[in-house]
Amino acid sequence: MRQDPLIPMLGEVTMIRTDTPDVKTFRVIGVDGKKPFVHIPGQCAMLSIPGVGEALFSITSSPTEEDYVDFSIKKCGCVTQWLHAMEVGQQVTIRGPYGNGFPVDTELAGKDLLFIAGGIGLAPLHSVINYCRHYRDRYGKIDIVYGSRSKDDLVDYPEILEEWCKEDGINVHLTIDNPQEGWDGHVGFVPNYVKELAFDTSKTVLMCGPPIMIKFTLAGLQELGFDKSQVYTTFELKMKCALGKCGRCNIGDKYVCKDGPVFRLDEMDELPDEY
Amino acid sequence: MKKIARSELNALFAAISAQKQLYIPADTKAGQAQFTLWQDGIVLTDKLNTVRSAKDLFFPQVEQIVNFKVTGKTMEIIENRDVSEPFVVFGVRACDCRSFDILDTVFLADPVDTFYQTRRENGLVITMACSRPEETCFCGAFGIDAANPAGDITCWMDENALYWRANTQKGEELTATLSILVDCDNTAVASMQEKTREILKKLPLNDLDLSNFDSKKLLEYFNADVWTELSESCLGCGTCTFVCPTCQCYDVQDFDNGREVRRFRCWDSCMYSDFTMMAHGTNRPTQKERFRQRFMHKLVYYPSNNGGVFGCVGCGRCLQKCPIHMNIVKVAKKLKEAVK
Amino acid sequence: MQKRIKEKALELLNTGVVDRVLGWKIGEFFYDLTPAVFETAEEVEENFVYSGFSGANLSKYLIAQSRAGGKVAVFLKPCDSYSFQQLLKEHRILRENVYVVGISCDGMLDIEKIRAAGCDGVIAVKENVDSLEVETLYDKKTLNRNDCLLERCLVCKSKKVVVFDEMIGENGEEQETARFEMVAKLEAMSPEDRFEFWRGELSRCIRCNACRNVCPACSCEKCVFDNDKSGLRNKAAADDFEENLFHLIRAFHVAGRCTDCGECSRVCPQNIPLHLLNRKYIKDINELYGEYQAGADMETKSPLTNFTFEDCEPSIIHERGGV
Repeated sequence: MRQDPLIPMLGEVTMIRTDTPDVKTFRVIGVDGKKPFVHIPGQCAMLSIPGVGEALFSITSSPTEEDYVDFSIKKCGCVTQWLHAMEVGQQVTIRGPYGNGFPVDTELAGKDLLFIAGGIGLAPLHSVINYCRHYRDRYGKIDIVYGSRSKDDLVDYPEILEEWCKEDGINVHLTIDNPQEGWDGHVGFVPNYVKELAFDTSKTVLMCGPPIMIKFTLAGLQELGFDKSQVYTTFELKMKCALGKCGRCNIGDKYVCKDGPVFRLDEMDELPDEY
Repeated sequence: MKKIARSELNALFAAISAQKQLYIPADTKAGQAQFTLWQDGIVLTDKLNTVRSAKDLFFPQVEQIVNFKVTGKTMEIIENRDVSEPFVVFGVRACDCRSFDILDTVFLADPVDTFYQTRRENGLVITMACSRPEETCFCGAFGIDAANPAGDITCWMDENALYWRANTQKGEELTATLSILVDCDNTAVASMQEKTREILKKLPLNDLDLSNFDSKKLLEYFNADVWTELSESCLGCGTCTFVCPTCQCYDVQDFDNGREVRRFRCWDSCMYSDFTMMAHGTNRPTQKERFRQRFMHKLVYYPSNNGGVFGCVGCGRCLQKCPIHMNIVKVAKKLKEAVK
Repeated sequence: MQKRIKEKALELLNTGVVDRVLGWKIGEFFYDLTPAVFETAEEVEENFVYSGFSGANLSKYLIAQSRAGGKVAVFLKPCDSYSFQQLLKEHRILRENVYVVGISCDGMLDIEKIRAAGCDGVIAVKENVDSLEVETLYDKKTLNRNDCLLERCLVCKSKKVVVFDEMIGENGEEQETARFEMVAKLEAMSPEDRFEFWRGELSRCIRCNACRNVCPACSCEKCVFDNDKSGLRNKAAADDFEENLFHLIRAFHVAGRCTDCGECSRVCPQNIPLHLLNRKYIKDINELYGEYQAGADMETKSPLTNFTFEDCEPSIIHERGGV
């Protein structure tokens, strides 16, 4: 019998880490104990709990992790609620990887990179950041601007502090929306912070976050002199098959699951404003 | 070219059916044609076309994908796909036959949908040339010749006989097993074709000209004002989608019967309000956006990705079946006026 | 009639009585009219059509149209007016924003019946009082108009427009009809035969939801069948059971509110006689609680939402032998 791409494989959750009040990171391996698949940073995979549903998530871990894939998932719908309630050792189904991913080995190679993330938007960028850290000599300077509602909503804060912040050639700029006790870092929204930081326009930008953040940050970047062709972002739309067939994520002549989820902003200009 | 007397049709069906499952268009009790598994007593319809298109045989409305057995924290994947036996579908019209090419570009593109692929490989398509097209037919707008349809085998029928021409190796192989067919020349077929083409010229929608549709103007079409007016009375039902031979959007759902979870896929419609609904909302909040998506897909998006080929075959089903009589012809004409 | 209705539409727009007119718009052919909103006199002049093919019941559109700002005029045939009044009763339409023009009706035509009468490739029709002169791509035929009426018009329950601001034509009266004949026939069948009958019909369902979406009684903001949280969400019938249940549940949900407007059967692409399910409930209500016609007035309480000590007990089903 043929193996159909809609039929998933079994995976097991070997680690669950609570990152924020509504974000947990899940580590998944195949039931054979191996990593389920090899991916490109920015790609996604379908996780499902039979009877609850199947949903598409960004892969948070870097492809350079050889034993597992991680997913940082925010609780918002049926499937994510179920995932948040489960325990280590739970089996799930997994299929993927899907999508184009970021052009880490082509367009991004040799560039100074500026990562801009808001809230759970760090999830897909996390994979790229750690990939770039692994192959550090392939990229120029790295800046990371990451903001969230509060200190408690920063996803994977310990890793950011202990690893990213301490690495040479990486500048981490954290910000939270409102002042908070125990926080002596920057306070304010991401778009404004990006403008304040007045980055050099030679950088290539990778951005992910809520639509409102993307919109205002892009405006800020353009004010600084960035061109849309220097900015990459990822989309999130309803998907069922992730194979470019079920029709849900069709925007213009693109299928986000197949042609995306990573788009360069100048490419997005050619798409209908329906995302 | 071969032929068989019309009085012998039943014997022909019996001979095919002895080898493979045979579907022919036959009348339901509601008096409409539908592809029906042939057995003795099932009679070929005299209607022009079936209400449900021939896509149903390759992409059924509901289809099992896989079962899961969940026990505590562990689960088991149980393959349970519907077994697809070799089958023959007789009486497919030129429009529906062309729809397979369109469905192929979706389902057979990498990664291949093996459910569809298996049915395509198992299916042998016998088409039937049209002789009495309806006023709602406009396959000509897509370069389809209703008098000479494609398929593994093409048939023509007049008052006396059914004429038969094998087009593919699959078709030749079946033909070789049917000794009931006798050789003939193509005089009768040529004259039928001539008559049909005369009628095709007179069809009211024969002059539907889509040549100015240009996917480079994608955003102009998308942003045109006419969508509000065109979609204002759309009921948001799925009739156009479900009778359409080229619509192929689907949903994947789980059904937990307490013992196992069945994952199945079923037809879905971009006209439905929940089609793009996510936990935090939808990117197509009103019927206008959903309506626009369906027609933009067929007239602009699909052609943009497929060398200008439209995602419509002019079968006219949506013209006949939309509860409010809105359809792709009205949309195309209006859109053409709006975007020069 | 077409002329008078069109003139009325123009007058209402030109005098500023209303901002919009809800009516029927010309199509590609003579029969494919689309419900439409007309905002200018030019649009009315050019596109407004009232004919035997103006079957579409416009009342449900008023749920949204009466909230779209300004005042909207609508043309209601007698049976449409029952739907309209039922929606008013359910507080779904803002009456003050609607100007109702009642129109008398001689029955609406069913293009499917015209086709079925051997008229394939219809391109023109001339409507006479008793006959239709049909021109097709292949020949000309004269049909008896009565043979081409929509099912609901063959058993028309009322020629009376029950709510209007103004009437065009003579208002009629409720009338005796044979509309329960088929239901009675089904009741007389053995349970096995009846099940067989309904399986034969419902097995053709493709779950396009046209019946539900056109139904003026189905005005829920979110249908249970679309709602993830209802536990009933169901996009396609996974088996026969679900196929039957969708229609039975729908009929139950509209019981006591269904005016028997017949739109469900008119729009069903598979020609399933869905109205028979609704009529069964109407017939039962009439027999068990006394004659009741949904939408006939604003005052009478629906028997199904109005408890009285005289109400029958659930055992009635058993007592009646399971019918």
